[in-house]
Parts: sequence; C-alpha cells; structure tokens
Amino acid sequence: MAVPRARVRQSITRRSYLAITLGTFVVLVALWAAVTHGGLVSKLFLPSPGAVLERLAEQARSGQLFDDVSLSVYRITLGYVIATAMSLLLGPLMGMSKRVEAMFEPLFDFIRYMPVVAFVPLTIIWVGIDDPQKFLIIWMGTFFQQVLMVADAVRQVPQSMIHLGETLGMGRTAILTRIAFPAAWPRIWDALRVTLGWAWTWLVVAELVAARGGMGYRITVAQRYFATDTIIGYVIVLGLLGLIFDQVMRAIGRAMFRYQRSR
Amino acid sequence: MAPKVEIQAVAKRFGAVEALAQIDLDLQANEFVSLVGVSGCGKSTLLSIIAGLQRPSQGQVLVDGQPVEGPGRDRGVVFQTATLLPWLTAQGNVEFALRGEPMGRAERRQVAREHLALVGLTGFEEAWPAQLSGGMQQRVALARSLCYRPQILLMDEPFGALDALTRHDMQELLTGIWETHRLTVLFVTHDIEEAVFISDRVVVMTPRPGRIESARVIDLARPRKPEIQSDPRFHELADSLLRGIRQQSQSGQPDQLSQTGQPDQPDRTG
Repeated sequence: MAVPRARVRQSITRRSYLAITLGTFVVLVALWAAVTHGGLVSKLFLPSPGAVLERLAEQARSGQLFDDVSLSVYRITLGYVIATAMSLLLGPLMGMSKRVEAMFEPLFDFIRYMPVVAFVPLTIIWVGIDDPQKFLIIWMGTFFQQVLMVADAVRQVPQSMIHLGETLGMGRTAILTRIAFPAAWPRIWDALRVTLGWAWTWLVVAELVAARGGMGYRITVAQRYFATDTIIGYVIVLGLLGLIFDQVMRAIGRAMFRYQRSR
Repeated sequence: MAPKVEIQAVAKRFGAVEALAQIDLDLQANEFVSLVGVSGCGKSTLLSIIAGLQRPSQGQVLVDGQPVEGPGRDRGVVFQTATLLPWLTAQGNVEFALRGEPMGRAERRQVAREHLALVGLTGFEEAWPAQLSGGMQQRVALARSLCYRPQILLMDEPFGALDALTRHDMQELLTGIWETHRLTVLFVTHDIEEAVFISDRVVVMTPRPGRIESARVIDLARPRKPEIQSDPRFHELADSLLRGIRQQSQSGQPDQLSQTGQPDQPDRTG
C-alpha cells in the first residue's frame, strides 16, 4: 500500500484559501440561522441573522449607525495617535539607552499590569465622561504596552548594525535615526498594528461605562431595552471595523516593507 | 618607515576572564596581515579594539602614531555578516557610507557605482539585500567599506558564513582588489589556507588567554591566482602554521581549527 505523501504546510492557491475562509463564515451564519429559525432559542436571547441585519439597516438609514461609528472612530484615532506618538518618541530611546530604560521600563512594566478597567471610575472622577476620558483610557491601555514593544523592537536591531554606524563615524543621534529606527521599523509597525486591535477593546470598555454616544454607549442603551438585535449588530460592526483597520495596516506594511521580499 | 598600526601591550579582560594578554603587533603600511586561531582565542576582540569598538583593559593601539580613542573613518570594518541595511538597495548601501564625504549627489552616485563595479556587481545596483545571495551581500559590504577610502581595512571573518565555492571566489576577488588598490588590511579568519592564500604575513593566536603564538611571512609571489594552491610551498606554509597551532593548543581543542576552514561555531569573543 502506498504511503500518502506528507502534506504538512503545503501551500494552497489564494482562491482556495479565500473559499475555505468564506466557507467557515457561511457555516457559522447557517448554524446561527438554523438555531434561531428552528425556535431552539428565544428571539430575545438570540435574534435571527435576518432580524439583526434588518435592525442594522434601519439604524444605517436613520444615520444613527454612522454617527456612532464616526464618534467611536474619532475617539480611537485620537487616543491611539497620542499613545503612538509618545511610544515612537520614548520607545527608541528606551531601546538605545540603558539609562532611559532604567528610568522608565520597570515603572511601565508595573503600570502595564494594573488593570485598565479599574481606572475607568477614577478617570471619570478626574476628567468626566466626555471625550478626554475616552482618550485617557485608550491611551492608558495602549501606551504602556506599545512603548515596551517599540523599545524591544529597537533593542533587537543587531549590534553589528550599530557598530557599522560607529565605524562610519556617525554620532548617536544619527545612528538612532538613520540605522536603529529604520531597522526596527517593520517590527514597530507590527506592534502598532497589534496594539490598535487592543485599543478597540479599551474604547468600548470606556464607552460602555459612561458616555454620550458611540458604539459602546449604544450597546449599553440597547441592553436597557433588551434590544439584543442592536447589541449583536453593533458587536459585528465593531469586529468588521477592527478587521478593516487591521487589513489597512497590513496593506500599508506590505507596501512599506517590499524590500524584505526576496523577489 | 613607522608602522601604520602599532598594537602596544594590549590586554583585555571580561570580568575574571582574560581574553587577551599582552598583545604586541605592528602592521606596516599597505601590508595584508591575517590573524588565525581557534574560536575564543581573542582574534575578533583584538580586531574590534583596533576598530575602536571596544577599549583595551591595558595598553594602546596607535594608528599613524596617534592613539585610537574610538571608531573612525580611517579604519573600515567588514563584519562576519554583511550587515547591509535591508531597506536600502545595493547602491543605497554603498552611498550610505559616503554621506560624510564632501561630495555632491551625482558624485556620490558615481563613486558608489564604481565600487559596485569593482566587486563585480554591475547590474545589481537597484537590488535589495534580500534579493542578493550571501556572497553578493558580502561584496556590497566590501564595496561599502572601500568606497570612502579608509587607509586600514579590518575584516572579521568576512567569508566565514559563506559556502566553500563562494568563499574561494571572494578570496580571489579580495586578493585582486588589494593587489591593485593597496591598503593596510587586518584579516581575521580560522581558515589557514585562506590566510596563506591572501596574506603577506600570518599571525597565529592561541587561546586562554589570547596571545600571539607565532607569525610567518608568506613569501608566495603576487599576483596570486587559485593555481597557487597546488604549489608545494603553499602547502608547506599551511602545514607548518597548522602544526604550530596544534602543538600550542593540544590541551585545548585543536579540532576546532580545520585546515579546510569549515566554519566552527560563530563566537563573538573569538
């Protein structure tokens, strides 16, 4: 009997990849539909896919969905951009200098393990429930993780590249900006992409607790009226938004890091 | 004439470990000297002290009579790995080394182009490092370290990571370039035949602590072609160098140093 050839990690075409991916989603939605239409669960607990879609379409027509999405996107963008700008300034310094590392890294490691959720009540007392409180929570959840990842990316730049700069007579600043940072940039970009995903979580956490508008706020309001269709619809939209942001970051990364490809 | 490089009683300790003990060595202007020895004998440490990347615990290095205080553009370094900047093309990597030079953009481009041609990479100017083989990457690194005309070239096992065929090509290329554009070279290797083929003088180091065991002038005619490796004199020199190392390191691990130059474990202290 012939032994079948091992097919571990065999590559497949892009088309079959897409087909399999879509298949998973279709099966999942079909299961969902079957369970709800079969009357297995109450509509209150789990509305059918059709009902969710209908509700979502209604909210889209009324402009409410757009308002909520744009408010949330605005908040996450600003909070995340502030965190990222700070990480990109401080992280490379922590990665290049042991002194700066000693100054901040143990502290940030400590703060990083404090649950951000626990700061929500405190931040409300500090800055109220308007946008600044959302920026603050997103910043807290993102910055302390991000800055350590950026520092690590810079630290992983091979010592020989730093030595190269030194033997070419470059100063510390030039080595940082012209060698270490660009060398670490692909890893940094990855860190930014991953932390953007986390930022969505912190945004919704902040909006769930106290807000006037936004995706998380709408979900909380819906809960009061047992509007599970709205909740599920908004959760799906949040997932889609996260996916879109991630894919955009990936595409930008692919364009920027073309030089890594061997052909 | 005064030596180009004078290594005076250089010692280096890493904590309790004595990596180098009392090294004295002179390099004459435009001389090609190889440092051979087993891993851990301190040859790379000595090279990086000359480069100014590490400080000696004792002693000093003089270049043209001036003590070395740190790295400088008078001493080019070729590392074991090509250490190209992956986001720059071959051309960009060579031009990168020329940024400090007082020349315009057009001239810089021209100089880089000429040096890529010198290492046989015409037509690959716009290739990214990831698109080049290991040997081609090391050629770019060589072009980069030559283009700004350092008077001294320090090479730290530059061909150690390459396969045997590519390594031979690179040895020929380097010999050819050096024979036409003389400069002072210190070449670290653990491949004795490589050292004999390209050098004017081979210095043998032994480990624990690293010190100079012996030195041999390589009196083979130049220009050197690959055929020289079938010359009896070539083998005589290689054999006597190898014997010297084996005798000295019998208590150590003589097998770490192979005559064919199979790379042993890369060793940063080596």
